[in-house]
Amino acid sequence: MAVKLNYREYFKEEALPLMWCAGCGNGILLRAITDALADLEIPPHQVVVSTGIGCWGKADDYMTTHAFHGSHGRALAFATGIKLGNPDLHVIALMGDGDALAIGGNHFIHAARRNIDITAIISNNFTYGMTGGQYSPTTPLSYKTTTSPVGVAEPAFDVCGLAEECGANYVARSTVYHVTQLKRFIAAAIQKKGFNVVEAINTCPTHFGRRNIPGDTVEMMKYIKDIGMPRSRFEKLDEEEKNKYLLTGELVNRERPDFLSVYREINPAASESGRGEGK
Amino acid sequence: MSRPEGIQLMEGNHACAWGAIDAGARFYAGYPITPSSEIAEVCARELPAYGGTYIQMEDEIGSIAAIIGASLSGKKSFTATSGPGFSLMQENLGVGIYQEVPCVVVNIQRVGPATGLATQPAQADVMQARWGTHGDHPIIAISPASVQEMYDFTIRAFNLSERFRIPVILLGDQVVGQTYENIALPDPGSLEIVERKKPTVPPEEYLPYQPDENLVPPMAAYGDKHILHASSTCHCETGYSNFKYGTNRQLLNRLKNKIYNYLDEIIDVEYFGPEKAEVTLVSFGSASRVCKYVVGLAEKEGIKVNLLRLISIWPFPDREVQEALAKTGACVVAEMNQGQVINEVNRVNTTNTPVHLASGIDGELIRPEIIMASIREAVK
Ligand SMILES: Cc1ncc(C[n+]2csc(CCOP(=O)(O)OP(=O)(O)O)c2C)c(N)n1
Ligand code: SF4
Repeated sequence: MAVKLNYREYFKEEALPLMWCAGCGNGILLRAITDALADLEIPPHQVVVSTGIGCWGKADDYMTTHAFHGSHGRALAFATGIKLGNPDLHVIALMGDGDALAIGGNHFIHAARRNIDITAIISNNFTYGMTGGQYSPTTPLSYKTTTSPVGVAEPAFDVCGLAEECGANYVARSTVYHVTQLKRFIAAAIQKKGFNVVEAINTCPTHFGRRNIPGDTVEMMKYIKDIGMPRSRFEKLDEEEKNKYLLTGELVNRERPDFLSVYREINPAASESGRGEGK
Repeated sequence: MSRPEGIQLMEGNHACAWGAIDAGARFYAGYPITPSSEIAEVCARELPAYGGTYIQMEDEIGSIAAIIGASLSGKKSFTATSGPGFSLMQENLGVGIYQEVPCVVVNIQRVGPATGLATQPAQADVMQARWGTHGDHPIIAISPASVQEMYDFTIRAFNLSERFRIPVILLGDQVVGQTYENIALPDPGSLEIVERKKPTVPPEEYLPYQPDENLVPPMAAYGDKHILHASSTCHCETGYSNFKYGTNRQLLNRLKNKIYNYLDEIIDVEYFGPEKAEVTLVSFGSASRVCKYVVGLAEKEGIKVNLLRLISIWPFPDREVQEALAKTGACVVAEMNQGQVINEVNRVNTTNTPVHLASGIDGELIRPEIIMASIREAVK
C-alpha cells in the first residue's frame, strides 16, 4: 500500500521559524494548503506555487514544491505561462489582497474570464501587510490604516463577487479561523479544472488589527471568526446588515470549459504536447 | 500554412516568427502593437501545428510574465512588442534576468516617447534596452538590418538566451520589421540550435542556482523531479531567498561574469568598405544599410569612408569600436535617435578621435544627406 503523504512533504521545515508576526494567520493558511496537497496525494514535483510580493507572498520560502516568486501583482500572469508551458502541472497562485486586486487586478479578471486552470488562493487581511499597513482595495469603508488615518474613503472590492462575475469556475470564501472548511475548499479548488478562487479571510494583528479591532490578536481572530457568515444566515440579514459580514462557503461551482480545453478543441494539433513538427 | 522553404519574398516580422519557430519556440504571449503585430499573427496561426501555444495577454506586463513562466516549464518562449509595450515589460525583464530565464523579447522600435509616431521607425530604445529595468544587471541585445537577419538573428537570439540563461532582446525597428525582401530559408535540419543545459545530478542533489564551470546553472523544468525554486528575491544556490552578507554580491557578480567572461561568444560586428579611411561610420540596424550606400556616395566626393556595423549592441563591442577609432581620422555615429550609441563610442574613445553624430529623428529611415553632412563636417 502506498504511504500516505503528510503535510511535511510540502513544508520546508529547515526554513523555520516563519518570518510572519505572532498572531498572523499566514501560517494557518500555509498549513491548510500543505494539508490539502497531502490529502490529494499530489507529489511536490507536480505542483508549482507562483507567489506574489507581500507577507503572504513569502509562502514559497516554506514550501518544497516547485516555486516561482516574481513581482508584485503578477503571480497570475507568470502562472498562466507556467500552466501553458506544461499543462500537466498543478499551478497554485498565492496572493495577498493587494497583489490580486490592486496591482494585479487586471490579471485577475482576465485569468477568471479565460478560466485558465489555475488555483488562486488569496489571503485577504484587508491591508498591505508587508509595506506597513496601508489601505488596500479590500479595506472596508471607513476603516483606519496608515494611509487612511481617519478612515478609508473608498468602498471595498468583494473578491469572490468579482471572481464570479468574471467567470471563475469555482469560488469559495473561508477564514483562517475555520481551518477544516478552508482546507476542504482549497482541496476542491486544486482538484477542479478551470480558474478556481479561494479567498481566505486572514488576520493582520500587527497593522489592520491594531488600528481597527480593540484588543489583542485573540480579538483579531474572533473578528475573523464573526465576520464570516454562511449563506443560510446571510440571506436573512437586511441590506445594511449584510455590509458588516462576508458571505462564506462554496459560492460558485460550475462547469465552464477551461482555456486550454477550448484552445485544443479548436486547434487539434496543439494537444501534441509541444512535439509537433508543423504542417 | 506550411513552412515556407527556399527563397521567399517575406516581411521582416514574418521572418522573425519563422526564425523563432525554427529555433524551437513553442510558446508566444503578447499584446498587439504596431509595427510588431504580424509576429503575433504568424504565431497565432502557426504554433498550434507545432504543438505550441499562443496566448494574447491583457497587457505587455502579463506577456513577458507569461513567457518567463512558460520557459521555466521547459518551453522556448518569446514575445514581440514596440516602444510603449517595451516600457511595460521592463519590470519583469529584470525578473527574467535575475532568475536566469531564457527567453526572447523582440522590440520593433518606433518613434517615441509616448505614442510618438506609432507606425514609423526609430532606434531610440537602445539605452532602455540596456538600463530600462531597475538595478544592476547584464543584458544581451542584437540588432538585425534586413529581413534575412530578422530570421537569422531571431535564431541567434534564442541560442544566446539558452546558452547564457538570460532574456535576449532582438532590437529591430519598423524598417526591418515591415520591409519585404527576398530571404533564403535554410533546411531546419541544417540549423545549429542550442538547448539549455539540464541537470545531470540526481534530484536530491540538485541546487537550481549552483553554477556550472561556465557560471551558468543547469536548468530543470517545472514538473521535473529536480525541484526548481526560482525567486526574484536575493537567493543562494538553493534558489531560496537568502539575506546573508555577501550573497547579493556573489549573485550579481556571477550574473555579470557569466556574460562578460564570454564576450567572444556574443560580440559580433561587420566591417564594410576600405580598411583605411578618413572617416569611419559606426551604425547598426536599418541605419547601417543607409551607411553602406553613403560609403559609395562619399567616395564620389573623394572622401574615403568605411563602416563598423554593430550587430551585438549589448554588451557593447568596446574593443572593436576602440580599435576602429584608433585607426581612423574621424568617426560619425549614424543612429535614428538624438544620440545614444554615440555616448558609448565616446566612452571607449581613448584616442580622442573626433566623433560626430548623424541623427535621424524624422520618423523615416535616416536620409543619406544627414550622414553626408556629418561626414563633410568631420573632414572640414
Ligand atoms: C511594483 C511594486 N510596487 C510596490 C511594491 C511594494 N509592495 C510590496 S508588498 C506590497 C503590498 C502587499 O500587500 P498584499 O498584497 O495585500 O499582501 P500582504 O503583505 O498583506 O500579505 C507592496 C505595495 C512592490 N514590491 N512592487
Ligand atoms: S504584518 Fe500583518 S500580514 Fe504581515 S506577517 Fe505581520 S501580521 Fe502577518
